[in-house]
Amino acid sequence: MTAVIAPPSSLETVVAKRKSSFGPGSIIKYALALLFLIIVLMPMYVLIVTSFKAGSDIGVTSQWNLPAHWTVASWDKAWTALRPAFLRTFELAIPVAVISSVIGAANGFVLSRWRFPGADLVFTLILFGMFIPYQAVMIPLRDIVTTIGIPPGIPTLVFVHCVYGIPICTLIFRNYYATTVPEELVEAARVDGAGLLRTFAWIILPISIPGFVVTIIWQFTSAWNDYLFAIFLSNTRNGPITIALNALAGAQSPDYAASMAGALITSLPTLLVYVLLGRWFIGGLMAGSVKS
Amino acid sequence: MRRLRHWGPGLLLLSPSLILLAVFVYGLIAWTTKVSVSDEHTALGSKGFVGLDNYTNLFTNDIQDRFVHSLKNLAVFTVVFLVGAMFFGLLWAFILERGVRAEGFFRTVYLFPMAVSFVASGVVWRWLMNPNMDDNAGGLNAVFVAMHLDFLQSAWWTNPTWGMASMAIPAVWQLSGYVMALFLAGFRGIPHELREAAAMDGASTYRLYRNVIFPQLTPVALSALIIIGHMSMKMFDLIMSVSGPQWLTEVPAIYVWQSLLTSDYAKAAAISIVLLLLVAIVIVPYLIYTNRVEKNS
Repeated sequence: MTAVIAPPSSLETVVAKRKSSFGPGSIIKYALALLFLIIVLMPMYVLIVTSFKAGSDIGVTSQWNLPAHWTVASWDKAWTALRPAFLRTFELAIPVAVISSVIGAANGFVLSRWRFPGADLVFTLILFGMFIPYQAVMIPLRDIVTTIGIPPGIPTLVFVHCVYGIPICTLIFRNYYATTVPEELVEAARVDGAGLLRTFAWIILPISIPGFVVTIIWQFTSAWNDYLFAIFLSNTRNGPITIALNALAGAQSPDYAASMAGALITSLPTLLVYVLLGRWFIGGLMAGSVKS
Repeated sequence: MRRLRHWGPGLLLLSPSLILLAVFVYGLIAWTTKVSVSDEHTALGSKGFVGLDNYTNLFTNDIQDRFVHSLKNLAVFTVVFLVGAMFFGLLWAFILERGVRAEGFFRTVYLFPMAVSFVASGVVWRWLMNPNMDDNAGGLNAVFVAMHLDFLQSAWWTNPTWGMASMAIPAVWQLSGYVMALFLAGFRGIPHELREAAAMDGASTYRLYRNVIFPQLTPVALSALIIIGHMSMKMFDLIMSVSGPQWLTEVPAIYVWQSLLTSDYAKAAAISIVLLLLVAIVIVPYLIYTNRVEKNS
């Protein structure tokens, strides 16, 4: 499980260096690339166009038409419905991102340097935790979080996302440290008499920023987008945005324009993170692959 | 004593996580297993031991073979999802790897659906896969009508036989970019010398890909298959968002939820454990395999 995390710039250089020449082959190439571009963006077009419609303008047969009258009324309605949950979801996703990253860094450091007996088995057992269907823990989980007295809603969700985020964050940091931190650095600190904790805090943490960027983006996105834990452990009054959106869009006769505006509002933070930090986002995706 | 001083601090730092995972992963799985062999079918919760009855009932004694039906749905969904995501992922990676201008732009667009939640994308896919046809057509059907490809119109997920294949379309849309990113990283990992050597030997482009490059991508393809496959088996959000819980599109993950709504804990637990075993059959050999590969390298 080496070299899982791509250095941020590496994907840029995959193909950029090669010259593209124009021939029949390259016309097909560009035609296909554009065709897929349009297909991928199609749902986005419908979302955006519909979100600016209102009243009789909204309809199945006129789905592809531009709005007859552009209006933000549906955005207004969706924002009013989603605002409390939208803000709550930041209270969920930010702590999850930070806490899981710190835990992951500590674990990753230990597992990348201390080859204690049975380390491989322990690591495999940790990793398995990220593949399990969470239904297999959900029934007792609901009882146990109540029993140990974690307040319902966001605090409970923060806790479970941190716990079940341990495997992926540990994996990302373990691979990051295994490939980027030279053995000599740790050795030098040891010779200077620094213990494990001191080495970690003063030598390793300062050079861990790229790893942190990856896990923070990864955990922020998965906590923000999560629906499974949310539906089991919270409700529309204390839950995150996915629950609120589903309530808005899943009603018996949903307001399609407001639903679409709501879907866009819901996706805005993760899309923003993705556009601004896309290169590291891809790094995080690579890291999810266990091995590359 | 020396060994303790050597391993001690590391284990200390690791131990909170190990304890949490021991309790919340393995402990709770054990607990769920225990519920699955009990007769806790109501909120009242009597805890009698019934052996594997709940499991055998799922396969042989479920009303309208509901569980088997959900497994069939899952199988159809998984096949389409896997084939679709692998096909488009590899194709897109291949196109970009051949070199296109503004490659970063294409890559960003292909990958962006990954950042959107299934709940949010389900809102629009529910509309795109509207089953109305011809004059009333909307969504994708309207596109087909406009292109005079009327025969491509579909009832989408409302089709009782192949509905689950349609349900996989949004999943393919969402995850193909991810598979593409994995393959792009795979292409990147191929040493330049290898390409150059093949070019020196006068290999045609076709032979270069067929004999040199694609074989090098096998480990990446395996990773992608595993990741998409296990996501597929756990699929819940997307189906809840597009169709909501209903017979036509029910998969085991949703059946668990439905059973819990009626407080049938034992049944929900049994389904969860079957689901876990399905995932484990794929994941455990994979983890062992990656472990071994790493040790050899």
